[in-house]
Amino acid sequence: MSAGFYYGVEVFLNGLMAGVMYSLVALGFVLIFKASGVFNYAQGVMALFAAMTLVGLQNGQVPFAHLINAIFGTHVKEFGWHMPTFLAILLSVGVMILFAFLVERYVLKHLVNQEPIILFMATIGLAYFMEGFGDLMWGSEIKKLDVGIPQGGNVWIEENTAFLGGEEFYGFYIDSLDIVAAIVAILLVASLVLFSQYTKTGRALRAVADDHQAALSVGISLRTIWVIVWSIAGFVALVAGIMWGSKSGVQFSLSLIALKALPVLMLGGFTSIPGAIIGGLIIGVGEKMFEFLIGAPFLGGATENWFAYVLALLFLVFRPQGLFGEKIIERV
Amino acid sequence: MLYREAGDYKTTYAKDNQTFPIKFDRVAYYVLLFVAFCVVPFFINDYWANAVLVPFLIYVIATLGLNILIGYCGQLSLGTGGFMAVGAYSSYKLMTSFPDVSIIIHILIAGVITAAVGMLFGLPSLRIKGFYLAVATLAAQFFLVWLFNRVPWFYNYSASGQISAPERTVFGINVTGPNVDAWAQYMVCLVFVVACAWLARNLTRGNLGRSWMAIRDMDIAAEIIGVNPLKAKLTAFGVSSFFIGIAGALLFTVYLGAVEVGEVFGISKSFLVLFMVIIGGLGSIFGSFAGAAFMVLMPVLLKNVLVGGMGWPTDVAAHFQFVIVGGLIVVFLIMEPHGLAQLWRVAKEKLRLWPFPH
Repeated sequence: MSAGFYYGVEVFLNGLMAGVMYSLVALGFVLIFKASGVFNYAQGVMALFAAMTLVGLQNGQVPFAHLINAIFGTHVKEFGWHMPTFLAILLSVGVMILFAFLVERYVLKHLVNQEPIILFMATIGLAYFMEGFGDLMWGSEIKKLDVGIPQGGNVWIEENTAFLGGEEFYGFYIDSLDIVAAIVAILLVASLVLFSQYTKTGRALRAVADDHQAALSVGISLRTIWVIVWSIAGFVALVAGIMWGSKSGVQFSLSLIALKALPVLMLGGFTSIPGAIIGGLIIGVGEKMFEFLIGAPFLGGATENWFAYVLALLFLVFRPQGLFGEKIIERV
Repeated sequence: MLYREAGDYKTTYAKDNQTFPIKFDRVAYYVLLFVAFCVVPFFINDYWANAVLVPFLIYVIATLGLNILIGYCGQLSLGTGGFMAVGAYSSYKLMTSFPDVSIIIHILIAGVITAAVGMLFGLPSLRIKGFYLAVATLAAQFFLVWLFNRVPWFYNYSASGQISAPERTVFGINVTGPNVDAWAQYMVCLVFVVACAWLARNLTRGNLGRSWMAIRDMDIAAEIIGVNPLKAKLTAFGVSSFFIGIAGALLFTVYLGAVEVGEVFGISKSFLVLFMVIIGGLGSIFGSFAGAAFMVLMPVLLKNVLVGGMGWPTDVAAHFQFVIVGGLIVVFLIMEPHGLAQLWRVAKEKLRLWPFPH
């Protein structure tokens, strides 16, 4: 085999890893969509906000420092401590749960029975709100997130695959962070599946997803379920935020991965957790391979920006419910 | 006491169908037109034109376009920025390829080209709806921006990758380029706005507009009563993109003069126009004006109050603006899903009965 072939394989593997990252975000969408029929555009901003909160807590930043300084003319910046990572993560989870509670209380409760498109637009508003709020709270500069995940190319894999391709091939370059992310994603999905299959709350979640009214009539509180679902989505957002934040720094572009998750959902179907994972993998591999094989040599590169959407567009025309989604039959 | 319809009798169908059935409204409309055309141009200065009036007028056209698609036909689109880019780049190519033809014609042709592109990307709407369609239009957004960034033909192989508008005149008066007078910019945009609003109003209350609304309210029922969904949806995409293309062309030629596609026509532009539609009111011509005015004025106002008045740093003020815009969207959707236009309608109803509401 030539070295070119192995480079292709390397691109493929890296695509898989990137796909895992997309899946992490898409997972949060699917959870909320299944339980409340809301397409939560704010998921990406939630990831950004969670990551910002984590960094802020870790570094002991004073919340709203810029605002306080602007109003009172002071120069507060940091409390001057460094919080242990574990404690900071716990507190961030707490913040996301509080956020879920507030969203249910002040937004969702008032929008029951509205059309899905109104709810979608409300989450766009929510996304803008959170983005500004997060920036006010923690400042908008790019932050470095370090929770102790190893980074850089994995030497072990590189050394042990170098023999494959002969002289010009030095082994597969795969980021350790991506491997950790893949493992975390697998664990997360497994625990979510177990949670929804074997716990009482999980069953209630599935009941709500199935039929709101029937669930209400057997005594499941919709509002509690929504808080739980948004909390879980907040937790997933935190995990995604940690992974993306460690990879490329905590910055505004993090919130744009929400848009990348949309085509993932198109492929996987809006209501399927395995679909989100497989859709993410297909998009990740697809865009990397397309860039490698066609985009960079023939189209001038940077095709990654639109490939996923165009793929989803083609998919939509031929199979609108996605790979694993439930088929909605409408006849005239 | 002013706002009365007593003595306003409608004796013909034409009178029954008129846009402003109440005399007071009608007079106010003509006065407004008179002020806009004959008074404002003499008092306008560079600050007002650049910060408020010209962007307002341009966004009104874009908002009208998107409102036709979302508010009247019920098809969610997130590709506004991309379609505006089509308008801007096609006007640029036309201006540089045919320098002798009037810029007004160029802008109109740019609108037609955008309409064709919009209809192309509207094709999936025949099979999919809702979020799925939103993603399809998102594909248009990213693909078009990438296209204009990567294919040098579109920006005439200029080294910077930017496009900049050459100087063009209308009736001997400069309307584009760096040496343009504020009032000339304003007048060009105003003429387009009035024409577009007139067109939109008459389209939406005619046969076509009714078929759009039927599709919006329930597509299956609409098909049963004989509305052709193919025709209704594609015309909605076409007309909407025509308006958006004109707005994009004006934004580039008259207002900005030089454009870098990713910066000006990015996804945030799509959301900005979407917010104008929501805040103004879905399915309302007046709402398009109100929404555009609100979204253009609010940042100017906030900046003046927070930065000028209270001495905050600009970045904090900018973040605060995000919070306010986001919060307002949510509040509007909860309190008044039909936006400022509905508030206006309610106020008018109240005014008609005042001071004896019973």
